Amino acid sequence: MEKLKKKIGSFSFWNWVIASIIFRLILIYFPKNLNLSSRPEVSTPLTSFRRLAEGYWLKQSSMSSYAGSMYHGSPLLLSLLGPLTVKRIEGQPNHLLYSLVSVIADVVSAMLIRATGQNLRLAYLRSLESLDLVKQIDVSEFLFSGDIAALIYLCNPFTIVACVGLSTSPIENMAVILCLYGACSRLIPLAAFGWVIATHLSLYPAILIIPVIFLLGCGPDSPPRKLFLQRHQQKEVLNQSKLPPGFSWGPIIHFAFWAFLWSVYVLVLCGISLKQFGGLWEMFKSTYGFILTVEDLSPNIGVLWYFFAEVFEFFRNFFLIVFHVNILFMILPLAIRLRHRPCYLAFVYVAICSMLKSYPSVGDSALYLGLLGWFVNELADMQFSLFLFCGYVGVSLLSPVMHNLWIWRGTGNANFYFTTAMVYACLQIVLVVEGISAVLNHDRKLRILITGKPQDAKS
Amino acid sequence: MVLLQRPHILLLLIDTHQFLQCWIAFGSANEEGQQQEEFSEELLVKPLPDHKLLAHFHFQSSAPPSTSNGCHHHLFPKAISQLVQKFRVKEMELSFTQGRWNYESWGGFDPISSSNAKPPGVELWAVFDVPQHHIDASWKNLTHTLSGLFCASINFLESTATYSTPEWSFPPASGNVRYGTLPCEAVCTENLTPWLKLLPCRDKAAIALLLDRPSLYRGFYHSQRLHLTSTESSSEGIDSGIILEQTLTVVLQPNSERAIEVHASEKHVQPSWSLSSIFGKQVSGRCVLAKSSSVYLLLDRGLVAELKFPNKENGKSAANGLTSENFWSNPSFELSVNPDRIFLEESSSHSKSLSILYMFQVEKYSESEPFDIGLMWKVPVAWLCQQTPLHASRFFMGSGNERGAIAISLKSTQFTEGFMSANSKDGSCELRVDVFQVVPWYVKVYFHSLRVFVDQQPRAVSDFIEKIHVSPSKDKMSPGVMEVVLKLPCRVNTAALTIEFDKGFLRIDEYPPDANQGFDIPSAIISFPNFHASMVFLEDDSLNRSPLLSKFQEKCPVMSYTEVLLVPLTTPDFSMPYNVITIKCTVFALYFGSLLNVLQRRVAEEERFLKAKAAKKTGRLPLLLSKLSAKLRGSGINQD
Repeated sequence: MEKLKKKIGSFSFWNWVIASIIFRLILIYFPKNLNLSSRPEVSTPLTSFRRLAEGYWLKQSSMSSYAGSMYHGSPLLLSLLGPLTVKRIEGQPNHLLYSLVSVIADVVSAMLIRATGQNLRLAYLRSLESLDLVKQIDVSEFLFSGDIAALIYLCNPFTIVACVGLSTSPIENMAVILCLYGACSRLIPLAAFGWVIATHLSLYPAILIIPVIFLLGCGPDSPPRKLFLQRHQQKEVLNQSKLPPGFSWGPIIHFAFWAFLWSVYVLVLCGISLKQFGGLWEMFKSTYGFILTVEDLSPNIGVLWYFFAEVFEFFRNFFLIVFHVNILFMILPLAIRLRHRPCYLAFVYVAICSMLKSYPSVGDSALYLGLLGWFVNELADMQFSLFLFCGYVGVSLLSPVMHNLWIWRGTGNANFYFTTAMVYACLQIVLVVEGISAVLNHDRKLRILITGKPQDAKS
Repeated sequence: MVLLQRPHILLLLIDTHQFLQCWIAFGSANEEGQQQEEFSEELLVKPLPDHKLLAHFHFQSSAPPSTSNGCHHHLFPKAISQLVQKFRVKEMELSFTQGRWNYESWGGFDPISSSNAKPPGVELWAVFDVPQHHIDASWKNLTHTLSGLFCASINFLESTATYSTPEWSFPPASGNVRYGTLPCEAVCTENLTPWLKLLPCRDKAAIALLLDRPSLYRGFYHSQRLHLTSTESSSEGIDSGIILEQTLTVVLQPNSERAIEVHASEKHVQPSWSLSSIFGKQVSGRCVLAKSSSVYLLLDRGLVAELKFPNKENGKSAANGLTSENFWSNPSFELSVNPDRIFLEESSSHSKSLSILYMFQVEKYSESEPFDIGLMWKVPVAWLCQQTPLHASRFFMGSGNERGAIAISLKSTQFTEGFMSANSKDGSCELRVDVFQVVPWYVKVYFHSLRVFVDQQPRAVSDFIEKIHVSPSKDKMSPGVMEVVLKLPCRVNTAALTIEFDKGFLRIDEYPPDANQGFDIPSAIISFPNFHASMVFLEDDSLNRSPLLSKFQEKCPVMSYTEVLLVPLTTPDFSMPYNVITIKCTVFALYFGSLLNVLQRRVAEEERFLKAKAAKKTGRLPLLLSKLSAKLRGSGINQD
């Protein structure tokens, strides 16, 4: 996987960007979008294009868009994207305008990823410099992680499929990336906006507030603060200018203010658009309530649908709590252990959410795989990377086959498809666990380089 | 039973003079009052073009407003009147049907087919006279009561996911209607017996005697219906009480003797039949409680046109001279019993020929001389029943268990051609079609995908759909309801509505025991509000009108039901919920455990550093704790 990334990095960045855009446009011009918009991998009840169109139709016929259990997205998204679902240009594919919006969202996301990645790389180099490790670590071998991350995001088949399949996940991903970009480059209103919109669209990004606070409080990823102190103790000189800044509350209060402002703004807008139809409560019930209670049991690449289809009604509430709390449980340990690397923490949170969320789609995987590109330098020693790569390829080939066998041919049964979902969940677990351990080991390596005890380097 | 109770009541009343007076007053009021409890029974027999026979039993009981004599009834079933009073039912119709009415060969444009052709299974609709927020509770109680009354699983209609509230396309248009169907309900004799119990003579006398179970259920179509109208609670003062109309419609195949020795030339000769040959029984005696009991033989308009009665031209005069033998002695058929009366239909605008109704009064016959009519065909006749303006059918499109589309297709029939030629003078001729479609929640319909095809060309929806009302389905809460008014040009040949859907996925315990059989989508109702099926027969005495004939005279809108669709849904694996739960939980444990492990793992050097730190800082409490733990461990080992 690493070699592949290097290869991509060596090519001209912009050529790849243009190639990926052209590839998307070619796919858009295929008839009926290759039926991607109704694939279970692409369109979950939350991101489905057809449900968006249905919601818009209901709204147009002066009914609440939440009247049936079809649409579960945001009312704002409906007002913005809804008109594009019906607008047609003669002689062009049906949903050309909507597809173009998705493509633009993808490109903007990629550009933001690139900018953030460059930011992170600079911060990393600066911290190496302040640790006087520039000589030990060959900086020239450092990859341009921003470019790589952007290209991974753009050229990832998952992203392409989500974009061409007209799901709303490119928009949701863009909001998350906007939030991280704003926090990294200390554009506090932008970060707050991204966070509020991302939370509004899909609830789970709410936990990104922790990495954002760390980002704003202590700046982007760097080796642990302890290392700097050790380094300076060794040198017996305390150079305050070379120490990373401590935690500062100012930007966080600023962020809280802006987040409050934006959320009030968003809620007021939603309230206005739902004034006749039960108001905000109706919206919360059929968006967040729908996410949390896992009412729709149609197959997706996650594991919860089959679990709740099979589990006895009596235990349903118990397991609902268990699975949602599983996400919350891990927030604190991860935040403590990775507090010096807020961007990486954000990546881990995004990965865990996309693994445990109630209606995952490939769009969510595309997001965390793109963010993974930021840390190519830190994760260079990650184990099982080939295994993971092969696993992802294997699952993404097998899963449609199993789905076809079960749903279309009727020769397989639900367990076939569920197995691939299981394997996919396991792969993500391995990715997260190995990724965290690789980053922790990277920090250890840096410390060893500082304290100079190579005999303990093994971990 | 009621009769037996009366002497007791009398005795009681004689004891107390006051009550006696009161009773006399009641009695006189009853006699003075225009209405008394009445019961009448009728049977209508009609030959069908495809060598089959339609038998339509019609029993009607009526009760005056309950205020006149408390809750006592002479003839009227008490269970029904209690039900009406308790739930304040204004109008209600319950039907149990097996088989499908063949609209193409049995016709769809006559009062019998438009009000008695019902969708397979159970159909129930009711109009309540209660405030809006009580309707659902009343409906729930009503379904439970009917379920007990008719030994059927009507109580399944209580859940909000199974019944709907038609806004305006369902004929008794008002907001208080509730409509529910159970398409997969099996109808059998256990449903018929309680239905017969509501008749004063049960199936022990007169016409009801013909209801022989084996011959009924051998038929092609069987629909038993109960229609209830109550104007009891109306404040206008036009109290007609409760009218209970029980009908049973069967389509049977008369197995005639001549069919055995059929010659090639006589292939098209209609089978001859008699009541005893099709039901295996004869009408002997009469039900003494019935006001009237009569048997009718109806010859269709199409059939009459084929038969060429000698004096068809001056039909009106013939109807007046009832004894005219011209109508029952026809060269093409022969009746075994002379009809008591013959009715001719009043000429209508829709058709050229008129139908003929022969009436036989059962009262004249006794057990020693049972009544049995027979019809003997002499020459082959072929005719067509009058059909609905458009023939509706419904089907699925697409394959696989993920998504599909429902298509309702309307095809013009020979009627439309006639209608079109009749109305061709004024150029803008429009045919209004109401479509009422209920889909269960697990068929998730995308209403924005509604398409209209007229003459096989995709057209803009707004051009042909005049009005549309949609109430989208809520998961496990309410079904999806679509009511559409189509305005089609008269010259239309075919029209089709298609709508896409996704198939839902149910929880393992929501599937019925035979999950792989599939789920039924109730019939769509296609009605033509501009057309009314009615048969007006020329009668001399309008006072003594039979309920069946007055029913025929009512203008009921022409409507037809489409097929029930069977949608196969994907099933999960029913055998292994435990495996799924355990494997899933294992994966979660793997995630949780390994992640925590990685987070708290420290390499050797870090451990040493921490130990050194701990050694430096050891206070009293940690020391105590470590000692305690060591002791505990030691003792634990000792105990083991």
